[in-house]
This record gives sequence, C-alpha cells and structure tokens, in this order.
Amino acid sequence: MSNPHSHCVILNGESRSFPESHPLLDATVADGDILVLAGADAGESFAGLADTARYSVVLIELGSECLGVHTGESRGEEGSNVLGFARFRLGDAKPSDLVEIVRQPQTAQTAVEAARALFEAHGLKTAVCGDFPGRIVDRLVRPYYNAALNRLDAKLATAADMDLTLKLGLGYPEGPVELLERTGLAAHHDTTKVLHDALGDPAYAPARRAQVAKARQLKGR
Amino acid sequence: MSEQITIGVAGSGTMGTGIAIVAARGGFPIIIYDVDSARVEASIGQMSAFFAKSVQRGKLTREQVDEIMGRVSGTSDIAAMAPCGLVIEAIFEELEVKGRLFSDLDKVCGPQALFASNTSTLSITEIAARSGRDDRFVGMHFCLPAQLMKLVEMSPGINTSDESFARAWQICEQMGQRPVKTQDAPGFILNYFLVPFNNDAIRLVEEGVAEPAEIDKAIKGALGYAMGPMELLDLIGLDTQVLLCEALHGVTHEPRAACPPLLRRMVAARRLGRKTRRGFLSYETAAIFGA
Repeated sequence: MSNPHSHCVILNGESRSFPESHPLLDATVADGDILVLAGADAGESFAGLADTARYSVVLIELGSECLGVHTGESRGEEGSNVLGFARFRLGDAKPSDLVEIVRQPQTAQTAVEAARALFEAHGLKTAVCGDFPGRIVDRLVRPYYNAALNRLDAKLATAADMDLTLKLGLGYPEGPVELLERTGLAAHHDTTKVLHDALGDPAYAPARRAQVAKARQLKGR
Repeated sequence: MSEQITIGVAGSGTMGTGIAIVAARGGFPIIIYDVDSARVEASIGQMSAFFAKSVQRGKLTREQVDEIMGRVSGTSDIAAMAPCGLVIEAIFEELEVKGRLFSDLDKVCGPQALFASNTSTLSITEIAARSGRDDRFVGMHFCLPAQLMKLVEMSPGINTSDESFARAWQICEQMGQRPVKTQDAPGFILNYFLVPFNNDAIRLVEEGVAEPAEIDKAIKGALGYAMGPMELLDLIGLDTQVLLCEALHGVTHEPRAACPPLLRRMVAARRLGRKTRRGFLSYETAAIFGA
C-alpha cells in the first residue's frame, strides 16, 4: 500500500509496540502530517495536545485500555481522526508484525486508510477493529489458552501430544502449551485477568497453571 | 508389515473414502461397505481418481496404483466384512445408528477383529458399549481430508484392552499415519479447541468487533496461522459447524460450544461457505482442494 503521508513520532514511556529501533520510528519527521503517540504514556501525550486538527491522523498506542478512555465517547456516535493502535505481542516475546488499528463508530474512513498505509509502508501487517477490550487477537486466543491449560490439568493428553495435535491437525506453527511456556504463563495471566475483569466471561478467568505461575512470579521464584 | 490384515471401512462418504485411500496406500487389502451400492461405487471411483492424480504428480507409478486398487473392493452386504481384522466406521454422527452398525458387524466379523470409530464428538465408550466387543474397540479420528492429513487422534474407551489399543496404534502407524493418544472426551483434542475458537470468531463479527476479513488478517498476522478462522469456517461449511456445535454443546454444555445465532442465520440464508461461494467471505469458485 502506498503511503503519501509523512509522520511524526512522539515517544512517551516504554513502548510495547516498538521496544527497539524500527523503520517506522526511524522515518519520523518533525512536521509530519500523521502524529504517532507511542509508549506506555501515549494517552498522556494525547491529553496534552493543544490541537489534533492540525494532523490528518493521530494514532495513540494502546495498552489494555479502550481508545475511548482517551477520546471520550458519546451515544455511540464518537469518532474523529484519532485512532488507537497496538502491535500484538505475547508476553516478553518480540512484537509480532500485526498492528491492530482501533477505530470508533464514526471514525473517518480516510483516517483508517491512512493509518493502514502508514504501518504497511513500514513492513507491518494491519487489521482494523472496533474499540473493545482485547481487540481481535487477545479476545480470541485467551479463552483457547485457558482451555488448553485446563485440559492439560484434566489429562486430556500430554502437553506434547496436545501441541502436536494442534500443529498437525490445524497447521498451527506452535502448540498452545509450548507457546505459553515460551512467552510466559504469568504474562498470559495478566492479560486474561484484565479481559475477565472487563468482560465478565468465565472463559477469560486465568487457568490454574497461569495463577500458579503468577503467584510464583510475585514471590520472585 | 508384521500383520497383513484386511481393513474394512464402513461408510463411503468423504471421510470414509479418505480413510480407505490412506489404508490402501498403506498396503492393506480394503473392503468398503455402505448400505447404498451406488455410493460404494462412487467411493471407489473417487479413490481411482485420487490415485490417478498421484500418478500425474509423480508420487506413485501406474503399476503401484494398479496394485493398490487391486486390493480394494466394495460391498453393500455387511456379511462381506467377515474377513476384516479392523473395521473403521465413518458414518453419520448418531450414537444409535453407529451402535446398530457395530452390533451387526459383531455378528459377522471374527472374534479377533478390532472395531474403530472415526467419530469426532461422540463417546468411544458409549459406542463401544453397543458393539458387543467393547474391549476391542478404539477411537480413530482422522482429520479432513484424511488422504492428506497425517494426524489420527486415538482414544481408548473405558473397557478397551491395552492390547487392542496397542494393535490399533500399530496398524495406524503401518498406514503411514501419526497417531496421538487422547482421552475419550468430547471433541477429543482438535474439535474440543477448534469448535469454540471458531464460534468465538463468529461472535466477534456478531458483536461488531471486526469484519470477517480483518479477523483473518489479525490471526494470520499475529500468530502465523495458515488460515484465519473465518476462512476455515467457510472451508468446513457453516452447516457442518452447526452440527459440530450441536454435538459438542450437547454433551459438554459449555457456553463457547453453543451455536452462535449469526451462524444459524447464515445457514438459513444459504451462505454455507466455499461450497455455495458465499459464507463469511465470498469466493469466485466453489473449488476446495487443488488437483
């Protein structure tokens, strides 16, 4: 996708999406017409902006919160040139190439397309979603990971056979148990607990093994 | 091969035909049984066509295919299943229907014959209890398309003997498949995880979280999956997903396994997926598998 826009990146706090050098960060220009607010405190940067209308698009890096926390909401008619974004990332693993772009009901389509073009022009993949907890990927994978951990406890199969089955049967590059071991069970606990609190759905309740891992992390073990 | 038994395949639909291809390719004499002789003939025709493509692709020689197909026969007379050392059932997913089939097979097959069910959602122990030989009964769940997928989920019922399970496992490996052992639990491994996962994806569409194509892009981009859940649902068939939901939810009562209302509406609208060229996504052709 061609990208006719220039962009300016303001980093405020550690960014989960861009924890290290990236072509998108390197290409920042002071007078860019897309403003990328990255970092854990991107929302604070947005709150301190005097004028968002001078940019064609403003992109706020999101953590687990909804975009509406920063922009406000009104009767389901909210939306402007301000969008949220986050690179999907499992625990401490490197960020994936997937950027979830968060829009609101009345977000300008031109802003969505400009955001997509910006990320894709810098080697990333994009998916657009509404402003909901967990966006797309966490909403889908966390119940699956919890179920895998629960079925492991129930001795449905060995961890190795569960992983192998899902790889051979569905072509997944990695089984759920090995994936959670690689990226951190405690990190899974944190993400799924936030979703459980937000959605109230028992499928997001941290599985026992994730609770144990979190407890051990808190005890420094 | 340590044991040259005849393998019977009961049911000549897509799955039965795929299993027959696997077993025949593995070197076993095959008898395909179905109550409808026309379906048996069609199944053998599909096997021939599959192997003809294998010759075109250089995977088998014409002579090898002739030898394989020379070991394949079909019947609509259940008495003709008498020589089978293993019968793999791949018929309609209904407990009583499967039970009657195995009860009839029990009367014609020798006492050493093993019975196996390809069920994806029913209990192996419950089917075995209707078979007259629950100690010689195993679950052998092949993946679709069986002729291309190596994985077989193998489950012992409560009364399955260790010896029977070990024999069935060995035969599965002799067919060139990769068995994995699972408990006799609803959906085993694959469907237990896949059916609710796909339902969750449908619910994201239902709730307006994202469009189907965006969901697929997200899952493929984030996790490296070859297919997104919406593409996969369209390939499976949305009517089939309804049946899977009903079977799995019927025994587990887990909310995530329940059929999402949008799925039923899609089926009512005849948007069944690739086979009708419209499902969650649109397709120019109804073709599913390459030549």
